[in-house]
Amino acid sequence: MGKIKLLQGNEACAEGALYAGCTFFGGYPITPSTEVAEFMARRLPQIGGAFLQMEDEIAAMAAVIGGSLAGSKALTATSGPGFSLKQENMGFAMLTEIPCVIVNVMRGGPSTGVPTGPGQSDIMQCKWGTHGDHPVICLTPAYVQEIFTETVRAFNLSEKYRTPVIIAFDEIVGHMRERIEIPDPGVLPVVNRTKPTCPPSEYLPYDDSKGDVPPMANFFEGYRYHVTGLNHGTDGFPVNASPRIHTDELRLIRKVEGNKKDIVKFEEYQLADAEVAIFAYGVSGRSAKTAVEAARKEGIKAGLFRPLTIWPFPEEQVAALSKRVKAIIVPELSLGQIIFEVDRCSKGRCGIEGIYRVDGDPITPAQILAKVKEVK
Amino acid sequence: MSGRYEIRFSGSGGQGLILAGVIFAEAATIFDKKTAVQSQSYGPEARGGASKSEVIISDTAIDFPKATEIDLMLALTPEACMKYYKDIKPNGILLVDEDFVKETPEGTFKVVRLPIIRTASEEIGKAFVANIVAIGAIAALTGQVTIESVEKAVLSRVPKGTEELNKKALMAGYALAKNTEKEKAR
Repeated sequence: MGKIKLLQGNEACAEGALYAGCTFFGGYPITPSTEVAEFMARRLPQIGGAFLQMEDEIAAMAAVIGGSLAGSKALTATSGPGFSLKQENMGFAMLTEIPCVIVNVMRGGPSTGVPTGPGQSDIMQCKWGTHGDHPVICLTPAYVQEIFTETVRAFNLSEKYRTPVIIAFDEIVGHMRERIEIPDPGVLPVVNRTKPTCPPSEYLPYDDSKGDVPPMANFFEGYRYHVTGLNHGTDGFPVNASPRIHTDELRLIRKVEGNKKDIVKFEEYQLADAEVAIFAYGVSGRSAKTAVEAARKEGIKAGLFRPLTIWPFPEEQVAALSKRVKAIIVPELSLGQIIFEVDRCSKGRCGIEGIYRVDGDPITPAQILAKVKEVK
Repeated sequence: MSGRYEIRFSGSGGQGLILAGVIFAEAATIFDKKTAVQSQSYGPEARGGASKSEVIISDTAIDFPKATEIDLMLALTPEACMKYYKDIKPNGILLVDEDFVKETPEGTFKVVRLPIIRTASEEIGKAFVANIVAIGAIAALTGQVTIESVEKAVLSRVPKGTEELNKKALMAGYALAKNTEKEKAR
């Protein structure tokens, strides 16, 4: 039996990072994510790790990339405005294939918006925030225990596929406290990056001849190589020619899209015989679950699809769902974002109804139940 | 949502209402082994502004984490009282500080007035333990957690050197509410 605690979502995220072997945090504090940084600032020095507060979020993201190149599992945590600033360096880490974990505790509004209120309006930014075609893994836990396990999974996916992983949850889930059991070491798997076995003189950091994820050497262990944001050859130096650019970009996308079976995770609740489905994540997923229970009590066949991986999007599952339900309801704390993906995958086979809220309060089970009754 | 008990702690930012919620939730989950969720809502101000913290206690899993049908609401300021009372359910309890919240809204709920802040400043000698006095009173009024568990939770969360002070505050709040109940019984 692990340690039982009452923890905030943000604290559980930090605990999960430590469990996964994170030894470096580079950040810049911002509500409502600050508790992640505070926790790491307290704990990392105790375990021989390092906490570095930078001058802004751009530098914080750069520090995380450097920390990872030097062999640390590296974490940063931020919210909307900071997440915007990190985008360029996130794209750099995606192209240069540097594992790291970025937590976005979502608040409301564009710009400074509503610092202490919840939001889910960065969810498209998680996918498309940085320019160019790029691979994205984004996880969306909704419970404090789940934030812990999904943070561990984020590091594992990041190390396994040599790519940044985003964890996105809202202010409510980040700040709420629930009972959590922190498993003993060894209970949850912990994945470490594959290192090269060849001598340093023969090392090619982007040699994909043996698989889509080339082994990654840590700096200061005898290997050195070139890291550039330009498209590059197997040795890491710029290549601006066909077909290398094309094949390498395809490989980057394939690392994620080709491994959806391993990456896509979701919860299905009461969906087997459902006539109305709700697609919801984060705090909206929690509201939806309560709404499903209330609907079932009234004899209405409602069910919930709750993605824990939002990117890559669970396309196959939503497509299959759209073939057997009358309608899919999409409640989200935005003016309608993830509904576009649900709509795209449903291809007009069922009704799609959004419930949007951006006033700083969550969508209530009563709001969802009313919509269920409307479409059933 | 049967078996669900909802408590809202409200007042002004800086009165320690989020901590009060955390302590109450810790008493319920860690020491009384129930299921509980604590959440909060506050403005961007470091001090002032209406602030609230909510605790939901249940025998089963809690999905929706916010209070919508409140069993007991504490209000330490008139502003918070007026802003947040509307979610109190019929026959629920509105607990107010009797010196600071003179006027209470009309409703189908029961109003309990206790000198929470005065007890903290005069009886205990420190106004800042008003949140702990309130926890004691709420433990007595709701019966949702044992006072032993609340005491353990208080002691695990307060700064070293303030244990006796906080214990005294907790028991004073508990006694305040118990005495009111006894008076009513007579």
